[in-house]
Amino acid sequence: MTAVPIVARRVRIPRQSAGRNALLLALAIVGSGVLLRDLLPWTFRLPDAWVVPVADWITALFNWLGYSADLGLFTFRDLTRGIAWLLAWPLSWADGILYSGFPAIGLPQLPWIVLVLLITILGHAIAGWRLALLAGGCVSYLTLFGVWRGSMQTLSIIVITVPLAAATGLALGILATRNRRAEAVLTGMFDLMQSIPHFAYLVPVVVLFGFGDVPAMIATGIFAMPPMARCTILGLRTVPSEVIESGRMSGCTPRQLLWKVQLPAARSTLMVGVNQVIMQTLAMAVIASLIGASGLGFDLLYSLQSLKLGQALEQGVAIVVMAIVLDRLSQAYARKQPVRHRHGEAIWHRHAHAALAVAVLVVGYLLSAWAPALRILPSGWAITTAPFWDAIVEWISLNLYGYLGLIRDGLLVNVLIPVRNLFLGTPWTIFVGLVALLGYRLGGWRLSLLVAALIGFIVITGFWTPAMITVYLVSIAVVICTGIGVPLGIWAARKPKVASVVLTICDTMQTFPSFIYLIPVVMLFKVGDVAAITAIIAYAMVPAIRYSYLGLRRVPTTIVESAVASGCTRRQILWKVELPLALPEIMLGVNQTIMMGLFMVTITALIGTRDLGQEINKALTDADTGRGLVAGLCIAFIGITADRLIGAWSLRRKRQLGLA
Amino acid sequence: MERPVKIACHNLWKIFGPKPTEFLARHDRAPSAADLTAGGYIAAVHDVSFEVFTGEILIIMGLSGSGKSTLVRCLSRLIEPTEGQILFEGQDLLQASETDLIELRRHKMGMVFQHFGLLPHRTVLDNVAFPLEVQGISRPRREERAREMVRLVGLDGREEYYPRELSGGQQQRVGIARSLAVEPEVWFLDEPFSALDPLIRREMQDEFLRLQRLLKKTIVFITHDFAEATRLADRIGIMKDGALIQLCSPEEMITRPADAYVAEFTKDAPRAKLISARTAMTPAGGLVSAEGGVPASAKVEEIAAYVLGRAEPVPVLGDAGEPIGVLGRDAVVEIVFGGPRSLESEKGRGERPTL
Ligand SMILES: Nc1ncnc2c1ncn2[C@@H]1O[C@H](COP(=O)(O)OP(=O)(O)OP(=O)(O)O)[C@@H](O)[C@H]1O
Ligand SMILES: [Mg+2]
Repeated sequence: MTAVPIVARRVRIPRQSAGRNALLLALAIVGSGVLLRDLLPWTFRLPDAWVVPVADWITALFNWLGYSADLGLFTFRDLTRGIAWLLAWPLSWADGILYSGFPAIGLPQLPWIVLVLLITILGHAIAGWRLALLAGGCVSYLTLFGVWRGSMQTLSIIVITVPLAAATGLALGILATRNRRAEAVLTGMFDLMQSIPHFAYLVPVVVLFGFGDVPAMIATGIFAMPPMARCTILGLRTVPSEVIESGRMSGCTPRQLLWKVQLPAARSTLMVGVNQVIMQTLAMAVIASLIGASGLGFDLLYSLQSLKLGQALEQGVAIVVMAIVLDRLSQAYARKQPVRHRHGEAIWHRHAHAALAVAVLVVGYLLSAWAPALRILPSGWAITTAPFWDAIVEWISLNLYGYLGLIRDGLLVNVLIPVRNLFLGTPWTIFVGLVALLGYRLGGWRLSLLVAALIGFIVITGFWTPAMITVYLVSIAVVICTGIGVPLGIWAARKPKVASVVLTICDTMQTFPSFIYLIPVVMLFKVGDVAAITAIIAYAMVPAIRYSYLGLRRVPTTIVESAVASGCTRRQILWKVELPLALPEIMLGVNQTIMMGLFMVTITALIGTRDLGQEINKALTDADTGRGLVAGLCIAFIGITADRLIGAWSLRRKRQLGLA
Repeated sequence: MERPVKIACHNLWKIFGPKPTEFLARHDRAPSAADLTAGGYIAAVHDVSFEVFTGEILIIMGLSGSGKSTLVRCLSRLIEPTEGQILFEGQDLLQASETDLIELRRHKMGMVFQHFGLLPHRTVLDNVAFPLEVQGISRPRREERAREMVRLVGLDGREEYYPRELSGGQQQRVGIARSLAVEPEVWFLDEPFSALDPLIRREMQDEFLRLQRLLKKTIVFITHDFAEATRLADRIGIMKDGALIQLCSPEEMITRPADAYVAEFTKDAPRAKLISARTAMTPAGGLVSAEGGVPASAKVEEIAAYVLGRAEPVPVLGDAGEPIGVLGRDAVVEIVFGGPRSLESEKGRGERPTL
């Protein structure tokens, strides 16, 4: 009778006291921070003179590389020019095929009717009629709504960048599985690369390669490559050892083993990588319009800047439509299993789709020579809904804007500005101290030092104020995302019908490039912090929903059943059993939401926020590499800090619950 | 008559752990179990020496984790042994270069895997032709050979199927066909039938025996299942914690288990099928007449009905037809119905195992 409580107390006492100590320490950190703030002003803001000019050093380095570095036989500038020249070749071919034609030899571009049919045939070959109709319909949209040229410009960048990025990723992934040290270096690099937002890649590329399609391709390729490398590593690692052994016993040389056994056996994981490369390429190709990439992104940016919102909406939908086609086709291809052919089948039967495609190509070219409308849809025939949308926007600004403006200003004055002032008014010492304390509690000294160093980097490089604005925007957005997304996820987990709808919407929304989300918010709120937060919420909501759903679904049924058996009400089961068990998973979703929020917040610089993204934006106009890169690193470091802390918490909690 | 040796291995070690070679040297090549656990090492193959004769079926048995797979993978050098010597047809396998090894695997060794190890992206025919393809044999020739192999294992008509479209038994037939495509001299099989259900397993065992009568390979075969072992084996080796503790004929293993561990393995063996009259009889001098005798090589199962039908013990005849002993009803009843204990205690052979 007495033994149990004693044991229980023994376990508890140190914990409670540790918790109390931590709380006291936290209070001490906050208290001393507030006290010292006025006594020693440098504990509030580092004086400019103390800032370590990392940004200037990087700028100097890149300027030296870009303008004066000499590599002996040739200069660095010659090298970058050479690379750009090489890459311009395949791009000009793709341009010629897709939209500009080859005037020198009198060959016109691919007629739109041919591309529509080819994509339809491809869809059918991969996954049957449904996909064929979806893909064909989507491509038809591009021509019917008169965004063909822009779409083809974007597609041209994609079809050249994706193979290059995928091949590079594949090669790096193979290297990593061959060599332990290479793997450590590469995965560390990919971790960092994948937490730096799209925007930050543009600045160094501009300095080294200039403006235009080719530099955009380079930035896009670098940005899109890491997922391929990761999938390659994963895919090669998960090939069953017996398959590899059977290859070796068949007498494969190492090279044969790689190409004939390991890579084909890892095919579906590799294709998942390719799918991610495609989607990242599209997202980045749109953003790369800021450094002069032609295509839908450029047109969209132009429409947005000249406030032609109806047109912007149509262009945005075109981007979404392209995203859906590319995503569905590549996903279906990743899932596709090889099909069996009957022995002795005729060759055109075996390759029916290819034969049909060739026929369509020939007939389409011939027909369009006779009827040019099949090549380029006359602009008079194109449908446009832009006036309709413009009318709606106008109606909103006439009739609703009063209310929307009220809501916006009310939010701004009552919520956003106070929170912002809180973040901006807090001394950096308090942030660094609290983050370090949290790191220590969750993961010991190593984690504590890591996160303190990451946040410290922001302090000493002098990006504290924009960083705090970033944190404030993302924090509010994440709180709202969690508040909406988690209940939605819970709801979906309870009702299969809801789940199928919600998850389909999530899947679709996840394929949209971030840029797209700016259009509706600008229509509603014009520019500023409220618009930015709304866009961040829309973009970053998906993981909060999805992980809550998964977390709840993964609660072992036996545990739920035993709770039912002990007489819990549904509400009690949710609050006392399911949510505590699902919390580690839900927090991983919040973690993802934070990462996506950080990516989106940089893009909202385009609608006037003054966060780190704006620093990158300014760096882009001034070609100030250091400023852009360091701002990008600051965002990455905020993300990594959140990721490591939440990851450590979630892991610890899962262990305690016996789930890991 | 000594049979030619195909593979010989001497003092073979495979130790998993941070620095196995150093560890082994430090402990004079005789680390104790405590040394191993203290250092965090696992001796998956523990000082193993044995020979595989040309044309025999050698079966390796042992509990899960006793090192069977590791041993066989050392013999084909899929795993690098830590120490010891392996002679393949008299040549030192551990000195063989990567190119030599590839040559050996292309022409002399074949292996069948527990989970089949088929290439999922290739059809049955392409899987079977794969070892020939990597040798650079032209498509028509390798496909012809592969078709022949597919027919041999009874899968004709399924050449264009993909592995996922086949049942487990069919997949393993593909694995067998593939391993035979290059006409290997030595055939390694690592629990080839364990993943199959009992009926199919039995069918595959018959298939295997049929193939072996046809092909006469040298075979090293791993299994968990003593019944399977006794059906197929010329000799059986039993492993425990990486060591080979007994290697002998199935009959000898049943009648003279080296220790309690081996006895436990042989407990459920079909004794009457394996024990011959020679082993079961009581030796007797020339006093007995050869009248109505049974050959010494006959298994107890074959003669049980006959012996049980006779009031007197039956004479057992040697190779030349001379009487060498007698076999009574009691002894037969013991073997057919009794456990190992009764036999051991009556004959007074070996220790009585404590189970
Ligand atoms: N790559 C490895 N690293 C570390 N230990 C290993 C490795 N491979 C095998 N072992 C260990 O070596 C021992 C023998 O393994 P092995 O696979 O040879 O056993 P087995 O007899 O084939 O078992 P099973 O019947 O389950 O297939 C086991 O204790 C195993 O844990
Ligand atoms: Mg095994």
